[in-house]
Amino acid sequence: MVVNEQIAIDHGLKKDEYKKICDLLKRVPNITELGIFSAMWNEHCSYKSSRFHLKNLPTKGKNVIQGPGENAGIIDIGDDDAIVFKIESHNHPSFIEPYQGAATGVGGIMRDVFTMGARPIANLNSIHFGSPQNKKTKNLLRGVVHGIGGYGNCMGVPTIAGQTSFDESYNGNILVNAMTLGLVKKNKIFYSKAAGLGKPVIYVGSKTGRDGIHGASMASASFDDKIEEKKPTVQVGDPFTEKLLLEACLELMAGDSIIAIQDMGAAGLTSSSIEMASKGNLGIEINLNMVPCREAKMTPYEIMLSESQERMLIVLENGKEELAKKIFDKWNLDFAVIGKTTKSKKIELYFDKEKVADIPVNTLVANSPMYDRKWKKAKLPKKIKIEKEHFKTLKVINVLLKILSNPNICSKEWIWQQYDHTVMGDTIQKPGGDAGVVRIHGTNKAVAASVDSSAVYCWAHPLSGGKQIVCESWRNLISVGAKPIAITNCLNFGSPENQENMGEFVECVQGLGEASLYLDFPVVSGNVSFYNQTKDIGIKPTPAIGGVGLISNYKNMVTMDLKETGNILLTIGKTEGHLDQSLFARDILNEKNGPPPKINLFNEKNNGETILKLIDKKLIKAAHDVSLGGIITALSKMCIKGKKGVTLKKPNYLINKFEYLFGEDQGRYIIEISKDDLENVTKTLQENSVHFDELGTINENDLIIDNKTKVSIDDLIKSHTTWLTNYMSK
Amino acid sequence: MNSSVITFPGSNCDRDMDVALKKFGFKNKMVWHDDLELPKSDLVVLPGGFSYGDYLRCGSMASKSKIMKSVLNFAQGGGKVMGVCNGFQILVEAGLLPGVLLRNKYLEFICKNVFVKVNNKDNSYFKGIKKDTLEFHIAHNEGNYFCSKEQIKEIDDNNQIALFYSNEDGNINEENNPNGSIKSIAGIFNKEKNILGMMPHPERMIDAALSGEDGSVFFENLINNLR
Repeated sequence: MVVNEQIAIDHGLKKDEYKKICDLLKRVPNITELGIFSAMWNEHCSYKSSRFHLKNLPTKGKNVIQGPGENAGIIDIGDDDAIVFKIESHNHPSFIEPYQGAATGVGGIMRDVFTMGARPIANLNSIHFGSPQNKKTKNLLRGVVHGIGGYGNCMGVPTIAGQTSFDESYNGNILVNAMTLGLVKKNKIFYSKAAGLGKPVIYVGSKTGRDGIHGASMASASFDDKIEEKKPTVQVGDPFTEKLLLEACLELMAGDSIIAIQDMGAAGLTSSSIEMASKGNLGIEINLNMVPCREAKMTPYEIMLSESQERMLIVLENGKEELAKKIFDKWNLDFAVIGKTTKSKKIELYFDKEKVADIPVNTLVANSPMYDRKWKKAKLPKKIKIEKEHFKTLKVINVLLKILSNPNICSKEWIWQQYDHTVMGDTIQKPGGDAGVVRIHGTNKAVAASVDSSAVYCWAHPLSGGKQIVCESWRNLISVGAKPIAITNCLNFGSPENQENMGEFVECVQGLGEASLYLDFPVVSGNVSFYNQTKDIGIKPTPAIGGVGLISNYKNMVTMDLKETGNILLTIGKTEGHLDQSLFARDILNEKNGPPPKINLFNEKNNGETILKLIDKKLIKAAHDVSLGGIITALSKMCIKGKKGVTLKKPNYLINKFEYLFGEDQGRYIIEISKDDLENVTKTLQENSVHFDELGTINENDLIIDNKTKVSIDDLIKSHTTWLTNYMSK
Repeated sequence: MNSSVITFPGSNCDRDMDVALKKFGFKNKMVWHDDLELPKSDLVVLPGGFSYGDYLRCGSMASKSKIMKSVLNFAQGGGKVMGVCNGFQILVEAGLLPGVLLRNKYLEFICKNVFVKVNNKDNSYFKGIKKDTLEFHIAHNEGNYFCSKEQIKEIDDNNQIALFYSNEDGNINEENNPNGSIKSIAGIFNKEKNILGMMPHPERMIDAALSGEDGSVFFENLINNLR
């Protein structure tokens, strides 16, 4: 087949990109070469629309061992231990085929982590669905949850935390973001940079099939009416093989045979070989006849573009082939020497003794397109004044019960009960808390992780929304007693070719960067997913942040459940009653205008650090951050978890009841302290200039808001726990 | 006391079981499924996980592993063999225990704490155990125990039911049966009571910081009985 412009366009390339390829090669590419270019230059692999902005993110810090650019980021947690972590999207495939899409998302991110020599110790996920009324939502949710569980459970890695949201903007494009944390010794980290000439290039893992061809290109385009036709681009996962691959790789990694290793993720053999060559500034020669294939008569084009799962590419030291092969034989995995490193700085592919591709590596990587796309400020929702007159007809308890059963607030136990969250025997904080916590096996240390996003805030004001999610991640880690260390981000947006969507991206990234710089909470890895769009309608901007923190002694970990009757609750941070874009405004008043709450980075940092001081002094019995739904929602969750009640104190300043209870001002926490410690705690808070209010006192059975307004904990539990189970069983 | 934990391809609770056994004083060895001989053992454990990816049927391929011949001989000679979760499924597939394990009633994987009532204390696993009900953890997709009417009668007649799912007070009813098992069965013995299969994971309950400590009660009692 002779390549022409139309074929290039069918591969998702733009006219000028095709011209650039011809110019770089000084000839017309053949079909295999065109396939390789299209795979490397699509949005998913090349970050061509985002790189320009991502380079401004803060990525350095005293605990950062590896920032963005490798398979995953790495942070130092002391004693030669390091945590490898990353989040990645698998949005497009999950909408087309929810089970396999979600499963391979989980498989892919775990491979990114163990490629670096780390054993995965925890999984998290952030999943977003259309409105519950949308007829596709239920099946998509069920499929995604089964897929995540099916893969993670089989791997024997606990799923310790997550986030699920529903919003009509995801009706045509669901989001599935998967995150993995792995543990590695600092001196046993593996990278993808090839080195040395004439070194054997090894293929291990599953055989290559015809599944997933052009998966990455599919994920770099919007959906239209014909998405069903894209099913063959979705990969099929086999967690059993991945488990074997994990064990075999770690066994080989214990020795010193490996020079470089890279998993075959998006764009399979193409991107893995090119990345290794590019990082090592050398060439790679591959004989495609040596690649283990699942199906007969696969062409070079298919072999290079297959996204079959559970495969790795390794550059070995000379003479180690036999030793390595023995290990992979033991685990019943394919092992093949398929090529070698060369000094040509080219990717040279041979098939049936003919050269079928010959491309300088730098044309694919260094010369890949980068766009400073035009963008404009997103149109913000108009400012409003919420008429407090409306409140007169509302009853606090009715509003509270409605909010607790809101799909975005209610208990997600139906979901996380389907994930094995206790395997490996070190999960010390299960899903349902502010952050999941796992112990570092055999030590007193523990790592906490949380994943967060606030699409509504980001939509209403991308800059402050971007800041808010970083702060929320920070607060969730603080709330369990962890010192926040670093983040990974998954940036889910609509089409970058739409100037408003691009504007949302630019401003969210700006906000995210500002907050992470201020909080010394650097970005060490991440992923961008554009084109979450069906026809002309994009999703709400949904950057998801995965935060990781360290608890130096796990016995100091804090949970949110109320502990003891008679103890006092304090609200940390100032309550001003911001209702615009709150769940109360949107769900109860049906008001979707106005700006989201403001972010004060000084207060965020100061409040968080002061709470950590109190936790260190063992003065905090329970803690929870205040977010969606305001103080009363946060408090209700603490009551539900601890099966205790609270008698609220009247605020000592003038504020409307609904604003006080349901306002979503940022930078706030609720903490439980013993009466005897009140003076001590107050002193620390005052010394650090932290604003606090006395919120109430713990009682046995009821949430008592004032002498006319109370509700039993049983009723709170009922509202909180029934919605999702009922919805899924209907 | 010497114990052996068999690692099949796809086992994933083998390390957890190793940690638990060692914590309570066993000298434990990990044994590869492809080996032919068992090391000298007072207890052999088939751990949880997804042996052979649970392909074909859970436990079915593992039950044909090379090492299983030795396990069979060991068990038939009265050796203590315990299978947890996938290990239980393997014991059933190997014909060492009666019945089958079907998919959970609601067709979903379940991971949560449950209570189990100890039904028979006249054996080396539960003799002298301090508690009547234990809080254990389950994590499985196929834990719905089923067998024929004749088999259940035989199991009953021989007092082979080891554990029932129950509430905290030991009451057995459908509400506390997480997976639809016949008679709320969570674990069973062979006739001779030297082989135990159970769905719950005691090895995940051996530390106050984890889900609970009733696993410690179980293992401490077990090693004392074997001594």
